[in-house]
Amino acid sequence: MSHFILKRIFSALVGLLGVISLVFFLIHMIPGDPIDVMLGESALAADRESLRQGLGLHLPLYEQWWNYLTALVQADFGHSLFSGRPIVDLLLERIPITLHLSIVALAIAIIIALPLGLLAATRQHSIYDYGSMGFALFGMSIPNFWMGPLLILVGALWLGWFPVSGREGWNAVILPALTLGTAMAAILARMIRSSLLEILGEAFLRTARAKGLSSIHATIIHALPNALLPVLTLLGLQLGGLLGGAVITETVFAWPGLGLLMIEAIQQRDYPVVQAAVLCISMTYIVVNLLTDLLYAWLDPRINWQNPS
Amino acid sequence: MMRFWFPLGILLTWGIMAIGSHILPLTPNTIDLTHILIGPNQSSWLGFDELGRSIADRLITGASTSFFVALSVVALGILIGGILGIASGYFSGWVDQIFVRIVDIMLAFPGLLLAIALAGALGPGIENVILALVIVGWVGYARLARGQVLALKHADHVIAAQAMGASPWRIMSKHLLPLITAPLIIEASFGIAGAIIAEAGLSFLGLGVQPPEASWGSMIRDGTRYMLVAPHLVLIPGLTLMAVVLAANLFGDWLRDWLDVKDQKLMK
Repeated sequence: MSHFILKRIFSALVGLLGVISLVFFLIHMIPGDPIDVMLGESALAADRESLRQGLGLHLPLYEQWWNYLTALVQADFGHSLFSGRPIVDLLLERIPITLHLSIVALAIAIIIALPLGLLAATRQHSIYDYGSMGFALFGMSIPNFWMGPLLILVGALWLGWFPVSGREGWNAVILPALTLGTAMAAILARMIRSSLLEILGEAFLRTARAKGLSSIHATIIHALPNALLPVLTLLGLQLGGLLGGAVITETVFAWPGLGLLMIEAIQQRDYPVVQAAVLCISMTYIVVNLLTDLLYAWLDPRINWQNPS
Repeated sequence: MMRFWFPLGILLTWGIMAIGSHILPLTPNTIDLTHILIGPNQSSWLGFDELGRSIADRLITGASTSFFVALSVVALGILIGGILGIASGYFSGWVDQIFVRIVDIMLAFPGLLLAIALAGALGPGIENVILALVIVGWVGYARLARGQVLALKHADHVIAAQAMGASPWRIMSKHLLPLITAPLIIEASFGIAGAIIAEAGLSFLGLGVQPPEASWGSMIRDGTRYMLVAPHLVLIPGLTLMAVVLAANLFGDWLRDWLDVKDQKLMK
């Protein structure tokens, strides 16, 4: 078991290093000089040169890369070109705000998806099944930059129940979380359905029914926990979509999280901040996937430690 | 048969709109201040936007944008991903090991996030949108192609071809490629749905097509400001976008059933 955990952690670290390097080199391949962005093109040559030296931009690329890595290890992301503030402070300010949105969205997704998936699987080929899966297909096809404005129109402008944007008041999170959660609920409901359908055909469920358990009892207590195991790993992978979608959703609702920070930084051509925001979100993704893998291995005793597929 | 004709009909309409936008005498960028925010009516079915431009014309021009981007992204993605994936799976060895590492790293990114960052860094414009989406998108096809080739390369007909002295190029193109086309085509159908949403999303963020050029995403973004007085500005492009995405997803589902490719194969 410990061998598997070490191996998995090692591969996550390699992935992390790859992600950091990829973002670094991609940002540096982009045409344009960051010095121009900071000082304007009319700046004096001497000023430009001293700033270049100060930022270490005169060094060869691999040395800059190494310096960037060593700084990252010490949680030093550099400074914002725009505000001059340390990027770590910016990130620490924004992370809890995005986390708040993501957790509520995840909760909404599970609340919607669980009953839909259950209903669809236990009443296969019924009107409930087609209804749930139809909803799932719609949920997957509605882009969140359209769903968001629609929810604002109905929930905020017509009904007046929720604020239009920002995060004033406890209910401000509902509309953005609903936007973000629906797409995830759709995918989740489909996964729960197919996973449950597989389990429902197993012999141990026939035994459970034969010894007199009610169908509801057998499904909820015996089948569901088994069906949710594979869903768990896929949930980790789906989180990537959630995080990417959060960037758009935060923009729609002016929700001041990491995603909005990234979009603002893109508009201000503040590349160190863009780089840090991408890294921060990707790191979360990698860490969450590592944790779901470990959790899965812990929950499912059948998994083969030497060669987990 | 509804499962086939309904999505196909929508997709065909989309394609016809895209081609038609280059033939029809449209005026998507003509500003007419006497028509500002006029809703759908008898003389113009879809109404006018905040600058009095015809929404129908802009919708058709926007179809051309999304069609061009989606087809380019999927075609380039399959070409690059397919070639690299087949070669990597067939030759194996250390090149394959490195390839798998690169693919794993690319897949460790939330795709849309990387596309947003890339498009933001490359600057706006339709070519950069395509470039960003291809950089993010080729990996899926590569992984699929490699997985399929790994499963097929010890098949009898491949070994027979090798024994007869066929070159690796011939084996890959004549004996492996035809067998992995079906899963690639299914993946492409879902890829088109993803690319349409991604293009519209980037344009919504202001990172895609630049004004005054029309994209469904930027139409939605511009419309949100006038939502209370003129909801049709947001509703019309959004419904169109959703219909096309839904059609591409349904078509992919239908293709998968028709070509009888198991889900499990695609997941690998």
